[in-house]
Amino acid sequence: MDKVLFGDNQFFAVNHLSDEKSRAQSMRFKDTKSIMYVLDQAIDLGINTFMCTTHDRIAEITEIMRKNKARYQNFNIYPCMPYAHKYANAVTELGIMGTIKQYVPGNIFSLAAKGGMALFNKDFGKLMEILIDAELKMFKDINTPVIFLQNVLVDMILGLGMTEVFAEYAEYVKKKYNAEPGFITMNMPMLYDELEKLGIQNPIICSSINKIGFRMSGGKDIYEKYLTEKEFRPIAMQVLAAGALRPQEAIEYLGQFPKIESVLFGASSKGHIQETKELIENNLK
Amino acid sequence: MIKIAIIGLGKMGLSHTALLGAHPKVDLVAVCDTSSMVLNGFKRYNKSIKLYEDFNEMYAKEQLDAVLIATPTKLHYLMAKPAIEKGVHVFCEKPFSLTLEQGEELVAFCNEKKVINQVGYHNHFIGTFREMKRLLAAGILGDQFHFTGEAYGPVVTKPKGGSWRAKPEEGGGCLFDYASHVLNLIQEVIGKPTKVKGTLLKRFYSKEVEDGVFSSLILDSGLSGTLSVNWSDETYRKMSTSLMVIGDKGKIICDATELKVYLKEENKTESLPKGWSIKYITDLALPIDFYLRGEEYSAQIDYFIDNVEKGKQGDINTFEQALYTDKVIEMLKTDSNE
Repeated sequence: MDKVLFGDNQFFAVNHLSDEKSRAQSMRFKDTKSIMYVLDQAIDLGINTFMCTTHDRIAEITEIMRKNKARYQNFNIYPCMPYAHKYANAVTELGIMGTIKQYVPGNIFSLAAKGGMALFNKDFGKLMEILIDAELKMFKDINTPVIFLQNVLVDMILGLGMTEVFAEYAEYVKKKYNAEPGFITMNMPMLYDELEKLGIQNPIICSSINKIGFRMSGGKDIYEKYLTEKEFRPIAMQVLAAGALRPQEAIEYLGQFPKIESVLFGASSKGHIQETKELIENNLK
Repeated sequence: MIKIAIIGLGKMGLSHTALLGAHPKVDLVAVCDTSSMVLNGFKRYNKSIKLYEDFNEMYAKEQLDAVLIATPTKLHYLMAKPAIEKGVHVFCEKPFSLTLEQGEELVAFCNEKKVINQVGYHNHFIGTFREMKRLLAAGILGDQFHFTGEAYGPVVTKPKGGSWRAKPEEGGGCLFDYASHVLNLIQEVIGKPTKVKGTLLKRFYSKEVEDGVFSSLILDSGLSGTLSVNWSDETYRKMSTSLMVIGDKGKIICDATELKVYLKEENKTESLPKGWSIKYITDLALPIDFYLRGEEYSAQIDYFIDNVEKGKQGDINTFEQALYTDKVIEMLKTDSNE
């Protein structure tokens, strides 16, 4: 994995510190062209991986990439699925079954003839595969060497004690997409322990890692212990603690953990992208 | 270990199940739901939890310390009452009761049976709103002139929909679902609404329920203000709730991520300068051991479990407070028909 992973929160009005800023972002990036403009700047600065949710609008970006093969042929996308708010809002409106009916693609109706929903009722593996395929459809012919499960889903599965799903997920993305499975979580130590029990070795785990312990469940100490002692491939996110830390001190802090392979960050201006990228490259061992 | 069961595995129920499943002081013994798909999911992936389709059967067979009820509002009374009868502590999702008579009966019954009770108005576990409450109580705004309570989000943005949230008789609609959060926040952070005027319950897309709630509220302190809630606003990525109070010494604007204070003069006791100052959730968030959708969801469960463990009723989100919010909801409904 590259040391520097470029994120997408800034494009989709995700700001953990300010609802007001998030609305401003949503206005600035209302069309795909303005997103591509920033993404191209990042690419020109030498960033080679874009880590993004399976938001509907990403489909427009991958379409542009397919049409300009020469420019983007070596560029990587790490998809993170699912785009949880889409489902959460749908569940509020339609209920769980209604949501599945809405988002399982067309072939569910042909499946219906063979017992459709009743089949899913028993065969969750099949349902998961269909949903994964639906989420990843937009990345056809795009390099996706790592595919992530989003934190809301990872942490939900973790809390529900249904961790076998992780193993099924890992196996499917390896087999079908020839990709490494990745896991995003707000509960890194607990997730690590469960993946270890499942025999998933040296897993890619993306979690909040920052100097003030923001969104590091259980506290900073246990995170630091795991970063020092356990065998996994950590990606640090929320390294600026939603803006509470200055980039310099934030990234220097990461430097003391040689295991951290990559840092995920998002920015909207060329200056910020360049500054953060250089800090990461200079501080990460 | 606190032995607990959950009834209702919808969006909130599954999220609570995950939080309780990860809680070090909790033994999650059983879940109860009528969806065979959800129950089959547990059967397949988590064999240690007992599954029930009938809550009465679950109450009869399991020795529970507490139960969490996350079913549609119309079922709360039916499911809470037998638990209270057995002395089982109850956490109930919001809104609390579909009729005031049922709500009053449950409040009285909890007092009689000494049952610890809590309702899921999770905003009270967000650091910014807590800080706003503290600053208002400390009187930093002086004489208060006006307040606003708002919530916007993208729940119903097309003319369709089929879940219980679209049915008024089951506790659906923007008033029950979205506005209840704002009303409860106003009630506990600013003051109790005692009168309402000019209520508009507006339908934008839904056929049977309102999508927007707009009204003027008068509080027990005499302070008046405006309520504006709309769950059909797709310019918001998710539910976004905010409060504002203005007085002769300044103003506070607060949402789940930041608390903005404007003061005409410095406040030395609170170390707040003249002009604007901003406090962020990164400084105010409550510490938790397991995160799912926000610190507040974990913190409210921690609070309930701690109270059950200590055997003491908490003073945040009691049935009684939630019942008062139900009363204000009734006032709004009555006013809108006049």
